[in-house]
Parts: sequence; structure tokens; C-alpha cells
Amino acid sequence: MNGILAVLWREYLYFKKRIWSITGSSLVAPLLYLTAFGWGLGRAVNMAGVAYIDFIVPGILALSTMNASFNAVSTPLSIARLYDKTLEEYLVSPITLYSFAAGKILAGALRGMYVGLLLLAVAFVLGANCKLSGLFLLLAFLNCLVFASLGYLVALKIQSHPDMTRFNSFVITPMIFLCGTFFAPEHTPAPLQLLIKALPLTPASQGLRSLALGQELSWYAPALQLLYLVVFIVWGLRASHKVE
Amino acid sequence: MIILDRVTKLHGDKVAVDHLSLHIKPGEFFGLLGPNGAGKTTTLRMITALTPPSVGQITINGHPVSRNNTVFKGQIGLVPQHVNLEPELTVEENLRLHGMLYNMKRDEINRRLAELLEFTELTAERHALANTLSGGMKRKVLIARALMHNPSLLLLDEPTVGLDVFSRRRVWDLIKSLNTRGITILLTTHYLEEAEHLCSRIGLLKKGRLIMTGSVEQLRNMVGPVVVEVFARDRTRLYFFRDQAGALDFASGLTEEFTIRQTSLEDVFVKMTGERVENH
Repeated sequence: MNGILAVLWREYLYFKKRIWSITGSSLVAPLLYLTAFGWGLGRAVNMAGVAYIDFIVPGILALSTMNASFNAVSTPLSIARLYDKTLEEYLVSPITLYSFAAGKILAGALRGMYVGLLLLAVAFVLGANCKLSGLFLLLAFLNCLVFASLGYLVALKIQSHPDMTRFNSFVITPMIFLCGTFFAPEHTPAPLQLLIKALPLTPASQGLRSLALGQELSWYAPALQLLYLVVFIVWGLRASHKVE
Repeated sequence: MIILDRVTKLHGDKVAVDHLSLHIKPGEFFGLLGPNGAGKTTTLRMITALTPPSVGQITINGHPVSRNNTVFKGQIGLVPQHVNLEPELTVEENLRLHGMLYNMKRDEINRRLAELLEFTELTAERHALANTLSGGMKRKVLIARALMHNPSLLLLDEPTVGLDVFSRRRVWDLIKSLNTRGITILLTTHYLEEAEHLCSRIGLLKKGRLIMTGSVEQLRNMVGPVVVEVFARDRTRLYFFRDQAGALDFASGLTEEFTIRQTSLEDVFVKMTGERVENH
């Protein structure tokens, strides 16, 4: 437990020192999406009786929390491992690797929630409608945990910074556009639909959208996200034991 | 006590450390000496469980070294070769974080922090960001950090590399005073004068193999305490003798330029390894 607190304290210090740059850089892309696709292009669009802005807010929340949580862990941890070597300070200390992983993933997930809540506040102020509930926030936090743990895994597996850029280009960026953020996956051809539904961001977009629009939450969303969370954490811990 | 029992480390086909056996007693100041690539850093990385040995076993105070063994980790302090301070945290925050990682109570952290900042003469830099410090100061912070949790064993990997002569001397003084307080020290260096100045016992590593161990005096005596350095045909040759008389007798027949002097640690190294240790 002390190990987790130490890691969280370190993350809190960095967050405090960089709060404005973190806030600004995390909000630029989602606000652009909201403005361009929501209030701009989407003003005249209606998705099955729902205003387009209300349709995309949950999707943009899912992608923003994904980006913020993933980036909060992946880039700093890969730098700590490959360049600064600050990771060694943790590896030689008597904290367990489980504490280290838990601290990093939790800190990344909290960063994701911070960005998500800011985004929701902006969307509400600008007139978007979204039904908030405890379950909605819980599902958003689960999404943050999934992508913070993916960031942890990727940071320990890559061999150089360009590898991280490639991962972002080939995995994270396609998910932003494919996983039901801007359109319903049901509108895509059947084989592509299967692939999209299997990606880890899709259950978050769809689950959050269902809750935001007052619809019933399908078990598929949290179940698939939990499955991804377990896989990423177990794989990440295995990678921790092997990292040198 | 540190015990390395026939420890070998392979990087692919390359042997980085080759059947290294070593006993370092409590309170000892042991220096591992060797040129770049001799296996010094790899040895320290194995002792700190940063990398596992391919073959062999390491124990520290009876505890087997492994990544998951948190018991032995609390007993060692590491000063790495690479400055791995959190760059955007202050000196105080770096030390405090270390204390938290070693499960120290807040009062204990505060007390050690004040003691170590004074000991390393960093009190004025307490609130400075680590990445704004000079090279010498960063080294001192690394030493202070490694000492935060009161380790019984301090591992220093090339602690003065890249420092100017004044900073190097200051770091030497710090390290020496730690040993006089009873801390066991294992130092790796390729600076021969550093090993000569600080260490009570030295091990010479060449291509991962420990080729000899002993005090500086013992190592000199093993090859001969007096050396005749002869410069001829663009090359310096060394001839070792048991005493001054033997050296003089040999030199009297020389026609080339020569010097008679006491054998240095570098001479020992050249004799034993066939390599001249480069200082950077």
C-alpha cells in the first residue's frame, strides 16, 4: 500500500506542476471534435431522433478519457524506462511490482477522469444534453483503467520512442474514428462491425451513450472492458517482471 | 555480507560476466576495477536485481537476490552511473519520494532529509529542480538519495564520472566518510586513482572475469613493487622488480630512456590484462 501511495504522490507532484499544460493539451482535440462535428457539421444532423451533439458527447468523452489515461502512463513510463532511467529507482526499491503497477494505472485513470469531467462540464455549459449517473461515471472510470493499463503494458514492451508513435498511429488513432465515437457501428459492413465491436473503445462509447441517452446498458460493454482490463493488467505485470 | 557464487551473465552469445565469485565483508570498501565493457555495471545490476544472472547465485546478508525479494532491497543503497533523478522534482521531493518508497515514516523522512542535505552541502539547493543542478550536485543528490533509508550496503557505479577535479574530490570525501561510519561500500570505477585513493580491497575485472583481488599493496607486490618504465621505438615497456636494487641493476645495462618508480595500480592492470585503462 505504501508503494502505491508513493507512486501516486509522485504523479500528483507532476500533475500539480503541469496542471495548465495537461489541461490545455488534453482538451484541445475533444473541444475541436465537439465544435467541428457537434456544433458545426452536426447542427443539422439527427441520429435516430437524437441531436447529433448529444449523440457524440459520450463518444468524445470515451475517446478523451482513453487518450488522457493512455498518454498519462505510456509516454512518461517509456521515457522513465528507456531514457531517464528513473524506473530503476522503483525497481531497486522494496515496493512490489504490483504496487508500482497499481499506482501508475490508478494515477493514469484519475488523470483520464479529470479530463473527462472537464469535458463534460464544457459540453453542458455549451448546451449538450447528457444524463449523468453513478453508473455512467463508473463506466467512464473503467474505460480510464483499461487504457491506463494498456499504456502501462505498451510502455514496458516498446523498444524506442518511435515505437510509441507507431502504436499511436496504428492502434489509438484508428480507434478514435472507428469505435462508435462519431457514428453507430451498426452502420458499417458486417465484417467491419465485428472488428469494431471487439475493440476496447467501442464498449465504452456505446455503453456511455446508452446511459447518457437514458437507454438500458447492455452487459456487453462493462463485460468486454473488464476482460480487456484483466488481460492488460496481467500482461503488464508479466512485462514488469521481465523489464531490465 | 555480499556473496557472489559463480555468477555468469550472458547477453545473447556475449559473456558479460564470467563465473564471478566474490565475498565482500561487512564494513569493507571494495572496488571493482576494469575498463569499459569489463562487466562492472552488469555486476552491480545483478546485485541490485535489475537484471538476473544467467547462472549462479547472489546473496546479501543471507537473503537471496531476486526482483521479488523486497527484504534485501531495504538494505542496499544504489548510486547509479546514469543520473536518474526525477528531473522535474526538487531535490527535497526526490529524497522524500525515495523515503516513501522505502516505507519510512514522515518524521523519519524529515529528520534524514535535514541530515543528508547538510551532509552533502545541499541545504541551499533543497527547493531547486533536479534538472537545474550542476553535474557535481546531481551526484551528491544521488548519494543523499541512496542514503535516505540508512542502508548497510552502498553500491556506487562510477560515482564521479564526468565530474571536474574539485567535485570529484568532494564526492570522494563524502564516500570515504560513509565507510568510516561502518557502511559497506562496493564501488565500480575505471578511474585507477579513485580506486587507489578509496578502496581497502580491489578486484580487477577483465572481459567479465575477475583476474585478481587484494589491497593496492598486495596487488603491487604480486607483480613487483618497483617498476622500470622503458621507452624505446615508440613504445613503453614495463619491467617489474621485487626491490630498488634489482631495478637499478637492470637499468644500468639500458641504452634507452627509462624511469624507475613505485608500481602504480595502472601498472598492475597493464601487466595483468595487457590493456591500458583509459581515463575519461
